[in-house]
Amino acid sequence: MITGKDHMTSAEPALAVDHLTKRFGERIAFSDVSFEVAQGEVFGFLGPNGAGKTTTVRTLGTLIAPTSGSATVAGIPLTAANGVEIRQRISVMPEAPGLYLRLTVTENLEFFAGLYGLRKPAARIEEALAAVNLSDRAGDLCGALSKGLRQRVGLARALLSDPMLMFLDEPTSGLDPVAAREVHDLINVLRSKGVTIFLTTHRLDEAEKLCDRVAILNTTLRTVGRPSDLRAQLFTSALVIRTIAPLSDPGELFKHVASVQTWRSDDSGAYVLAVANPAVAAPELTRALVGAGADVLSISEAQHSLEDVYLELVRSDVEAGRR
Amino acid sequence: MTAIDTGRVMAVVRKELRDYRRKRSIVAGMLILPAVFLIEPLLAVFLGAPDPVGDPSYRGPLLLLLLIPVITPSTLAAYSVAGEREQGTLEPLLTTPIRRQEFILGKAAAIMIPSLGLSYLVFAAYLVVVRLFANPVIAAGIFNEGPMLLALFILTPLLVGWAIVVGMAVSVRAGEIRVAQQLGMIASLPPLGVVVLMVIGVIAPTFTTALGFAALLLAIDLLALRAIAGLFDRERLVTGTKASPS
Repeated sequence: MITGKDHMTSAEPALAVDHLTKRFGERIAFSDVSFEVAQGEVFGFLGPNGAGKTTTVRTLGTLIAPTSGSATVAGIPLTAANGVEIRQRISVMPEAPGLYLRLTVTENLEFFAGLYGLRKPAARIEEALAAVNLSDRAGDLCGALSKGLRQRVGLARALLSDPMLMFLDEPTSGLDPVAAREVHDLINVLRSKGVTIFLTTHRLDEAEKLCDRVAILNTTLRTVGRPSDLRAQLFTSALVIRTIAPLSDPGELFKHVASVQTWRSDDSGAYVLAVANPAVAAPELTRALVGAGADVLSISEAQHSLEDVYLELVRSDVEAGRR
Repeated sequence: MTAIDTGRVMAVVRKELRDYRRKRSIVAGMLILPAVFLIEPLLAVFLGAPDPVGDPSYRGPLLLLLLIPVITPSTLAAYSVAGEREQGTLEPLLTTPIRRQEFILGKAAAIMIPSLGLSYLVFAAYLVVVRLFANPVIAAGIFNEGPMLLALFILTPLLVGWAIVVGMAVSVRAGEIRVAQQLGMIASLPPLGVVVLMVIGVIAPTFTTALGFAALLLAIDLLALRAIAGLFDRERLVTGTKASPS
């Protein structure tokens, strides 16, 4: 079987999107989206409902045509004429697995193996089922499986063709924590095998845990980068100081520490200090606090999650919309 | 022209036939309706007048047999695309390398096989019962109805083909299965009108006429099959919106 890997150099991106736009009449699904995904990367695609995530996946999966812009998917330019070739090298797992409920797990996979033209389908099906821990349910009707198990069959189906690039649209949607963890483990296994994964998700903890880089889409692309870089871009470094008793005159104390830019106290009574470089500021502050006789419980660097980044960006979109 | 991958077409056929077998309503519908349409022609043979000269009483009810190749596939054809969409299986299928022509051919073949088999089986059952158990005068009259029997034999696959292409065209465009089934059933009936006119003698029921009509129906079936491929737009099927020009 020919896969995209056979035709691409390792330097080429698995996915390159350039000013891609999709409109349905007057309605803009997504606009002017550009990014690249490297081979072997797990790329998170985040955004609120209606942001255009699924439409982007459908566009890159050749189900719908872009209105303007261009893209290269698995090394092939995204055009209507290249649809079959692109679909041969990728797999798409939509949010709902869409299984034939009156067919068994194996029969479902046999059907898709036939559509991908797999030469030894039985062996591939066995491998795919083993990868998602479903070998013992191969003969069950899909209609008799729980939602989590159906999702796993959908994943097995996506693995069948040994794709170079997998689009997973909300793969853990509606799964219980154990089933979601199993999907996460599987994504990590795929990453270790060099499969490129384009993951759309609402679950920011999931994106933070699994993705090398993330993009945040809200019709237009708001940002792309490593979660740590995005945090650094959006939030200034800060130190959080907790004391047993409130400081008598914190303003006076912090004013004399050169590295402190601004400060505030939060709801829990902790002092949050904006600093340029926490590594320099922390020792200085410790000395100042001890010198002032403060009973210090802890000095730590403020941690911003991907959720903070996401909320900050989406909130700023909402505020811009109001203006 | 792009080559058709027979492996993908056969994958669709196998999947469809498996799916039909497991769906009781489909199996029941495919067995019950032909059985019902067989009862009236047989009653006409066994309860009718033994002299079939002029306007024999079995001839009208015999027309009911021609409903089988029209009605049996129309239900399946209406379900073919609308059903996939309604149960959420269409999008995963369209993300595979299958071409629309392969999908349509696979679906059409999967409907053709049981519909045609069943239609011929019922016709054969009718003729066997008539030969073995009917009054010899009536049996001889029926077996002398050359043009009518020829029409049944030749037109059956073409009527099945017509019902499939019309039903699939409706299924591609319809929003839901129920609408597709109702419209598909109605749209598949017109060719029967010509058959009726031939059998009742308004159009001369000669071998040439039957052959001409068969050729016309074949041409329409093939053109309609191509037209469905044109209607089969992935974007519209997935989003309900036609692809916008870039």
